[in-house]
Amino acid sequence: MKSQANKLAFNDGWHYAPAPESTDHIRIDEKYDLFIGGEFVAPEEGRYFETINPATEDTLSSVALATETDIDRAVKAARKAYNGPWSKMKASERGKYIFRIARMLQERAREFATIETLDGGKPIRESRDIDIPLAAAHFFYYAGWADKLAYAFPGRNVRAVGVAAQIIPWNFPLLMASWKIAPALACGNTVVLKPAETTPLTAMKLAELIQDAGLPPGVVNIVTGAGETGATMVNHPDVDKIAFTGSTSVGRIIQKSLAGTNKKYTLELGGKAANLIFEDAAIDQAVEGIVNGIFYNQGHVCCAGSRLLVQESVADEVIEKLRERMETLIVGDPMDKNTDIGAINSAEQLETIQSYLKIGQDEGAEMYQSSCDVPRRGYWCRPTIFTGVSQSNRIVQEEIFGPVLAIQTFRTLEEGLTKANNTPYGLSGGVWTDKGAKIFKVTQGIRAGVIWANTFNKFDPTSPFGGYKESGVGREGGLHGLGAYVKMAT
Amino acid sequence: MSVTGLPSASGLPDLRQVTPVDEVGVNERVARFQTRSIKKESKIEALKMILSMIDLTTLEGQDTPGKVRQLCQKAIHLHDSMPGLPHVAAVCVYPTMVGVARKALGDCDINVASVATAFPSGMSSRKIKLEETRTAVAEGADEIDMVISRGAFLQGDYGFVFDEIAAVKEACGDAHLKVILETGELGTLDLVRRASVLAMHAGADFIKTSTGKIQPAATMPVTFVMLKAIKSFYFETGRMIGMKPAGGISGAKLAVHYLVMLRETLGNAWMTPEWFRFGASSLANDVLMQLQKQATGVYQSADYFSKD
Repeated sequence: MKSQANKLAFNDGWHYAPAPESTDHIRIDEKYDLFIGGEFVAPEEGRYFETINPATEDTLSSVALATETDIDRAVKAARKAYNGPWSKMKASERGKYIFRIARMLQERAREFATIETLDGGKPIRESRDIDIPLAAAHFFYYAGWADKLAYAFPGRNVRAVGVAAQIIPWNFPLLMASWKIAPALACGNTVVLKPAETTPLTAMKLAELIQDAGLPPGVVNIVTGAGETGATMVNHPDVDKIAFTGSTSVGRIIQKSLAGTNKKYTLELGGKAANLIFEDAAIDQAVEGIVNGIFYNQGHVCCAGSRLLVQESVADEVIEKLRERMETLIVGDPMDKNTDIGAINSAEQLETIQSYLKIGQDEGAEMYQSSCDVPRRGYWCRPTIFTGVSQSNRIVQEEIFGPVLAIQTFRTLEEGLTKANNTPYGLSGGVWTDKGAKIFKVTQGIRAGVIWANTFNKFDPTSPFGGYKESGVGREGGLHGLGAYVKMAT
Repeated sequence: MSVTGLPSASGLPDLRQVTPVDEVGVNERVARFQTRSIKKESKIEALKMILSMIDLTTLEGQDTPGKVRQLCQKAIHLHDSMPGLPHVAAVCVYPTMVGVARKALGDCDINVASVATAFPSGMSSRKIKLEETRTAVAEGADEIDMVISRGAFLQGDYGFVFDEIAAVKEACGDAHLKVILETGELGTLDLVRRASVLAMHAGADFIKTSTGKIQPAATMPVTFVMLKAIKSFYFETGRMIGMKPAGGISGAKLAVHYLVMLRETLGNAWMTPEWFRFGASSLANDVLMQLQKQATGVYQSADYFSKD
């Protein structure tokens, strides 16, 4: 390809005028208390911490810092609700409450999407078109299961587990809350949920919604705080089940502290997914899939396609097309409806990503970034790819959780599979080929929970999600997701 | 494996080597273009650009010199009460009307485009197709819109189609050649890409989706596949090829989405009437209504815009 000589120009001429989503339809309070027992209550020690907009570094609100006493109150409220109305309620009634949450989320979708973007930095297009609709879909899906559990586990007598402590990450705040809360409630459990410290606002909005929905007090409790708060939740003796989504290092600590206890747990941890592109693939659509795989949500996706394995014979072409496609990605104000890539979620995460950019270069890889301008304030990282990397490089082995792609080549299918599997993770993978038989070979050969063929990063409430190896334990979503929230009595 | 296949000695590429197209992926990408929010000055700029890219078209058995003269008047005077409007790129007529259009357009720089080669079916002998092309050019056509022989193409007789396009190109002389693939008859996006590659290698200056006589006519997915083929061809040969979606684009909003797709696929170099056209008859008035709305804040009745 003589593409060096024939560059396309995307930056001059006609451009898109700013199209910002308005904020006059939302309300963010100056501070948020803890949602315990159906009411908003101040934290025992009276401390609060700020949550900021990562695109502007402006403070949005303050949220309560829950400490041990608060967690104890929340767990007690959850236990009371479990022993009281919730576990005795007819399953079809329980389902009605969950359906109501789903409908109210749909009705208030725009408000939730706007706040999600302000607090987390993800493009409004993604909050609006993916996060919020998918969150509502999860509630709808699990609401339907509430009175049909006998069909989910035929021949078995299932009971709720009890009180679930749920800790969720900052990359999909509301969506992760729905992944956790919906199946727990459907199976008759009550919950104490903690959103991540950088993105607590949609969870607090969800608390308001749950209050409006008239759920019995204590069925859902939402507490805010950082790692210490989460540890307190995990170690609380009256919690029956832990559901955690986050980093592998924290997952390891949780698993250690649960050893010897009777608590059930699911851990959804990191990933380093490979996208395998074969020479017979629809190359243009494969390039689009790579972009979607690694730059979606700024790469803050545990199942992101952060490694590209491309067959040697088409490697130059794929890389060239990828570089060129990167030039058309719009990076900037997450509130602009045309933005493709928003802000990095926090200063801390930006630092992590930047340290990996340096590591990659020090390891001898060649770094390429798109030429876009980024705003002066806020946390930003241009879409980045590394070529000339080796399997032993840290940027190939370790999860970066940013818009950074490591590119390797392979010659045979077997070599591709070996490289794809050769990391400590096993959460997801992708295969791009026009040949059906090859798809089956790859999906059977990659040890990962989810493998997409000729597409990437597709989610649906009916589909189970979870990992192998250091990517975690257990499955969420679909029928499998119910299993994590029930006890088999017989 | 090459993107467009290696040309043989005759210049005909091996079309079985053309990179496959994944329809699901194409539709997804197209849906993304349609979520772009084009507002304010970028919208006004786009609307004016659309006007300047229109091939104002009348291709009816009932066309008369009077009808064609009216069309030419409309081409020159889109909406004179609104100052600062561009004129359309060309008027597109049957060969018998080329002389009438040429005269009616006078010395303004609107091109006359003529369909030829037994439009719309293409079911005639090569001799007659070439003769028709030469006649249209002699009458003053600046651009020839030919149709490919879909029967031969679908049979796999790529050599026949290649030679035919090359021959018509020669008969065009200085006139620009647009090659109509009639994508509504090709059935799959893989074949759309193959036909695009074939036409470009055979000498097309433009590739065009449809005659407008077959449904579906132009669609965004089909146009996107053709734009991708143009891009690969440009990377391989350094030659720019123009694109003309035709038929079925009657709304300004849809046309703006086509521009978004063009911009994000081929970049700004293609965003001129020299490299992109809309084959349409009713699009112009919808664009004018939108421009009026941008200027005054209210929509005017269709009766305030001359039909032709």
